[in-house]
Amino acid sequence: MAEDALIGTRIRERRQIVGLRQAELARRVGISASYLNLIEHNRRGIGGKLLINIAGVLEVDVPALRQGAEAELLATLSEVAERIAVPSEDASRVQEFAGRFPAWADALARTHRRAVQLERQVETLNDRLSHDPELAASVHEVLSTAASIRSTAAILASDGEIDSHWRERFHRNIDADSLRLSDSSKALVRFLDPETKAPDLLAAPQEEVEAFLAAHSYRFEPLEDGSGTPEEMIAGSFLLISDAARDRVRGLLAEVARDIARVPGAALEAAIGTCGAAPIALAAALDVDVPTVLRRLAARPETKLGLVLTDTTHGMTVARAGLAQIRRRALTGTALAMICRAQGAPGQVVTGCLSEGGGGSGPLYAMACAAPAPVAAPDQPPERHVSLLIRADVPF
Amino acid sequence: MGKHVLLVEDEANITEAIRFLLSREGWEVDTHTDGATAVDKVRERVPDLVVLDYMLPGKSGLDILRELRAEPDYARLPILMLTARGQKRDREEAERAGVSRFMTKPFSNLEVMTAVRDLVELAR
Repeated sequence: MAEDALIGTRIRERRQIVGLRQAELARRVGISASYLNLIEHNRRGIGGKLLINIAGVLEVDVPALRQGAEAELLATLSEVAERIAVPSEDASRVQEFAGRFPAWADALARTHRRAVQLERQVETLNDRLSHDPELAASVHEVLSTAASIRSTAAILASDGEIDSHWRERFHRNIDADSLRLSDSSKALVRFLDPETKAPDLLAAPQEEVEAFLAAHSYRFEPLEDGSGTPEEMIAGSFLLISDAARDRVRGLLAEVARDIARVPGAALEAAIGTCGAAPIALAAALDVDVPTVLRRLAARPETKLGLVLTDTTHGMTVARAGLAQIRRRALTGTALAMICRAQGAPGQVVTGCLSEGGGGSGPLYAMACAAPAPVAAPDQPPERHVSLLIRADVPF
Repeated sequence: MGKHVLLVEDEANITEAIRFLLSREGWEVDTHTDGATAVDKVRERVPDLVVLDYMLPGKSGLDILRELRAEPDYARLPILMLTARGQKRDREEAERAGVSRFMTKPFSNLEVMTAVRDLVELAR
């Protein structure tokens, strides 16, 4: 079944949840009830403005009714099924479940994501309590000072005679130790204060970003057809939990939107039809730089493509993993060397072979090129973003 | 003549308090703060008991303990380890390394003195 095949089912379920009659929904979006009936039974496709209007009336985000959201949802539900060992006959019906009960599926996926986030936080906290040198030093300082004060105070409070010289020394020691205890206690409180430490406890944002990109295979339909915005996609995502991940994806989707504006899907396909899929020739034909072409090629619905994006702030991001095989094999020393060479010479196109293949899999080839990032502030050196496209079997 | 104790501890005020307590009861107390040379200090003059801090500059108390236990001459030397690391695994690690007694900070003076007396008595 196609990923988008149950969009009508989801519209019907959502309409029933909000308590709207079919005829009323049809009237409000300007189509006949019989046509809506066909859509709701998945016998007519739907997209563009009509989908936006229906989503608006049903008070639901477009991505929640579309393929992209469904892909994320299905990936998350499959994760749930695997984790709690749902019997395989039920696990294989995950798409049907998501289609028939979208609200429950959504709730389950969000609850699962939250549970994963909390588990990671607990893990991080545990790790911190066990191994954090700052915490260990703070605790050690508090306990050592407390031991010193306790021992010295007990000597002073004992009945035995104490020489005045010793008595004065112990008083000075207690005074100094109480000051240390005060400082070390404050340091401990600062360390444990969730307000000051919360950002450190979040799960690795890079993992969230790459999970989001993998769920979409670096193809963002709502941006391609203009039915959604980056903000809507971010807001509708289960996979983006931390602010850092959302910020990173915001930047990446802004770049995708710029790329689409420069090279719309139809223009890309037309150019490929005329001069083939060689990136340098395409860049000339479309009058854009090579990195833009590499990213646009990666957004085509092909399977044997990988895309890696790098910048100095975020390092390396696997934007399109393609085959799992590519993801595992592509990021070798050769890929890193190509990225470095490209970064050192913006505009220069660097090609190479990442893997000769073998063991039943073919070789992997890559092309990398850097371009300056959009200017953020005056009088600053330009940041260079490298795009590296990977494909199997055919050299660039 | 009283017994001889080597106190290896880098916290000056704890050292002072313990030294005072032991001296008052007639013990001869040597103090040392550097973990790296603590084993040499033992070799120079073997004490009747070592009070050893767990976290020391230069070398940890645990490593000092292991080095001493590796030498037959010090296999039965009473060693009281003081530590702010009260976790179970730290205690177990020290026990595996052959500590005679493991005491977590903050301790009471009575606890320290009782442990010192007991350990020296047992070693006779």
